[in-house]
This record gives sequence, C-alpha cells and structure tokens, in this order.
Amino acid sequence: MIAPSSLPRLIHQTTRRPLTLVEHEQAFSSSGEVVDALKELEASGLMGRGGAGFPTHRKVELLRSQRSRTKYVVVNAMEGEPASHKDRSLIAANPHLVLDGAEALAAMIGAKHIAVCVAREFSTTINHMERAIHERQRRSQRGPLIELHTPPGRYVAGEESALVHWLDDNQCLPQYRPNRPNVLRIGQGVVLLDNAETCANVGLIARYGAEWFRSLGTPLHPGSLLVSVTGAVSHPTVMEVAAGTPIRQILEAAQADRDPQALLLGGYSGEWISGRNIDLSFDNAALKTVNASVGAGIIFVLPKSGCGIGEIYNIVRWMANESARQCGPCAFGLPSMADDLGLLLAGSKDAGAALRRLNEQATQIEALVTTPTVSFDSFARRFGFLKTTSELTRVVGHAPALVDHALPRSRDSNEEMNLYGSKATSFHVRAQGQSHFV
Amino acid sequence: MGVKRRPSTFVLKVNPILCDGFGHCAELAPELVNVDEWGYPIIRQEPTKINNAGAYESAKYAVRGCPRQALQIEKITDAQP
Repeated sequence: MIAPSSLPRLIHQTTRRPLTLVEHEQAFSSSGEVVDALKELEASGLMGRGGAGFPTHRKVELLRSQRSRTKYVVVNAMEGEPASHKDRSLIAANPHLVLDGAEALAAMIGAKHIAVCVAREFSTTINHMERAIHERQRRSQRGPLIELHTPPGRYVAGEESALVHWLDDNQCLPQYRPNRPNVLRIGQGVVLLDNAETCANVGLIARYGAEWFRSLGTPLHPGSLLVSVTGAVSHPTVMEVAAGTPIRQILEAAQADRDPQALLLGGYSGEWISGRNIDLSFDNAALKTVNASVGAGIIFVLPKSGCGIGEIYNIVRWMANESARQCGPCAFGLPSMADDLGLLLAGSKDAGAALRRLNEQATQIEALVTTPTVSFDSFARRFGFLKTTSELTRVVGHAPALVDHALPRSRDSNEEMNLYGSKATSFHVRAQGQSHFV
Repeated sequence: MGVKRRPSTFVLKVNPILCDGFGHCAELAPELVNVDEWGYPIIRQEPTKINNAGAYESAKYAVRGCPRQALQIEKITDAQP
C-alpha cells in the first residue's frame, strides 16, 4: 500500500526493469475497501491525461449506457508527441498498473476485449507490454482478453479516431466527427479509449479509492501528473509531480534552465507561455489564466539564447511532414506556413510579405479552430506570439531591422469579401443555379 | 411538453476530409463562404438567422451544388427558456 499523500505513485520502481506481476502485487497490495469502483472514479474527479483533460467518469458513463453486444477498451500508449516520454516511462516502470486500470475500466462498462496500442517503433515498450500480458494470461485465463496492437507511429496515428480506425480497418486516418461527445466503434462494438497514464490512475483508484487519490493535487485538478521536461535541460526527464506544483520547482528538479525565455506547455499542439510566468502552478485551473493547459504533461524549455521563430519553424515543418493529407488546409497550409517561417528566420527581403501572409493565415485559422483537423489545434494562439511589436522584437532578437516593415497591415474588408471573383459574377452564377435547381 | 420549437439560426458545416476544394460553395453562397488561396472554404462560424432568406437559400444551393457532398446545414434551436 502506498501512503496517501506520497510520491511516486505511478513510477514506483526499485529495479531497473519493469515490475513483474508478483512484485507489482506486493508493491500495490490492496486493502479491499473499494466496493463500487465506478462511484469512486466519479468521486475522484480524474481527468484524462492524454491532453484533452476530459473527465474520465463521464466517458465511462457514456459507454456504460451504450447497449451494444461487444464493447472494447483501448489503451492508447502511442505517444505520437515527439516531446513526450511519459507513457513509455510508465510502461518501462510498471506495465501491470496500466493493465490493472484497463481491466477495471472493462469491468465498469462490461467489455470483454482490451486492446493495448503501442507504436511499432518503440520495440522496448512492446517487449515490456508483451511480457506483462503473457504473465497475466499464464496466471489466469479469466477476465477480458488482452491483445497488443502495434500501429505505425505517426503523429496522427495516436489520435483517438485514427487509432480506432486502425483497429477497425487498418488505416491510421482521423475521422470527421462533428458532434461530440461521439461514440467510437470497431465494427458494431463500442470503444472506450483512454491514455495509458489515465488507465494507471484508474487502476490505483480501483484499489485505494477516491479519498486516497485526492490526497495529492488541487481540488480542481486532483492526483499526480507525469511530466516530460525537454529542451534546455541537462537530461530530458520524466517526473511524477502532484498537480499544482509550481513550474519553477519542476524545472529545478529537472535541472533545467531556471530563467527561460519561454515555455511550451502541452506539447506540439500546446501553448507557449512567457518565461516570466514560471511561478505559476502546474495545473489546469492556474494555467487557464495564461490560456494554456497541462495537456499531455509536456514542458519544453526555450532558453534565453534560443530563437522562438526557429523553434516554431521546426515544429511547423515537422507537423507539415506528419500531415495525413486528408484536409486541404493542413496538406497545403502547413507547408506554406513552414516556408514563410523559413523566410522570416532567414531574414530575407521577403520576410515582411511572409509575416503578413502568416498573420492572415493565423486569423483564418482562428476561425477554423473548431474544425477537427488535428494538426491545427491552437495554431492561431501560437501566432498570437507574433502580434505585438515588443513581443516581436523579443522573438526576432537577431534580426531587429525586420520589425519595422514586418508589422501586419490591416486589410480592406471589401477585398476580403471578393476574394473569389467579383460580386457581379457571383450573382450571375446564382441566377443560373436557381434556374438549374428549382 | 409537446411543443415543437422551430430552429432560429443555422450554420453551414463542411466535412474537411471530403472537401477537395472545388470552390462551388463560394460561388453559390458568397455571403457565407470565403475561400483560402488553395480554394478550400472558410465558412462563417457565427450562426446566421434562418429568416435571412437570401443566406438560407444560398446555403441550400451550396449544399446541393457541392460535388463532394461535403456540406451540410446545421439548424440550431434556442435553448428552452
């Protein structure tokens, strides 16, 4: 039994290999107090750890109410975010905790199948998982059937609809889901999909209860978080912290740069915050004041000597290469944005035009943020970074001459409406259309 | 309680996966749809009044005229008072 407000909870490791089933059961011996795991899950207020932070019990309840003959639990350990290492570290420390949680979830919704998804690039993680599943099946043949699946490790493959599409149809492509929350399906069966860290937390809640879970973290954001710290650190690390720990303390523990220029929170689809906000605490309620969120628990540290535009260029170029090429704005827009950022970075004479184009595209994307194109999440807010002169001077520190002519010009509203042909042609087409259709 | 409420506003929605950027919607519903530089639609996000007959008619034309059938009209009913 782990004492209530003590860390570590999830990465509880004494050896340099993952815990075996016997060791796991010794380390996490249950006191047998929990009777109704679903009620405990609701009382715990656990929020998904995959990035969106959706309350897990609401998802479970939605799936529980589905009247379907077959139900599946899918554990998402794909970890497509290049800055994130938490799921791999968790599985390298204790795969049985993740499987415990998956079995608890399966019992709550009445599922008979569990699929654990690990990207096929992570061969060590696959080994650990295979071994753990084998150990469980040797112990007992009862309980839900656990399978290991290894989809290709692309960025979009870890998105939930893409993952379910892969399990259903062997295609790693995200689907169009206009109405949320919507229930994902494999064939006729419904799917409960949760991140590996969320599953591990469910496993702990099913053992020790909500009271124990809430003894760490803040009332609005209970529990502990796995944080991957990368960027200006001596070693990229994964740490387990209580939600609500000040970011400064996390950076100190990771031996990172204590006076950073900026921090990228939540990964490549996350938010930049200024290095001045380093004293904020690391939980969703506090980070909301700067429009950021914990996301998948990633802190990327940009040092004072680093270049913000350079980092954004790397991210956008990488995203452009990872696009699923399904939606136009992502397939064409991202490479063009990356090219423009490249111009800006090189400080060429076209940089002014490039920045103006970027600003126009960012305002267009702002209007599109609600569309489900994965890669476009919060792009506009990322370019919010470039909007004021002082910020720009700070970012484009190495090319101050750029700032004077690089500021965006306000656009003529008429020009905006008639981007595509003049008004006269539009009327003409409409008149034709009416006679054609009616 | 058995009272059928009429929708008061609508939004035009595009399925970006089906859309291939033909640009017909921008021709048929210029008051609702803009196109970006590759011809993909940028649709007005805020709901339009349904009794704005011109806009609603052209939205219907856009839905019917889309070669990929990627558009749909989503009607929004006000919340119960």
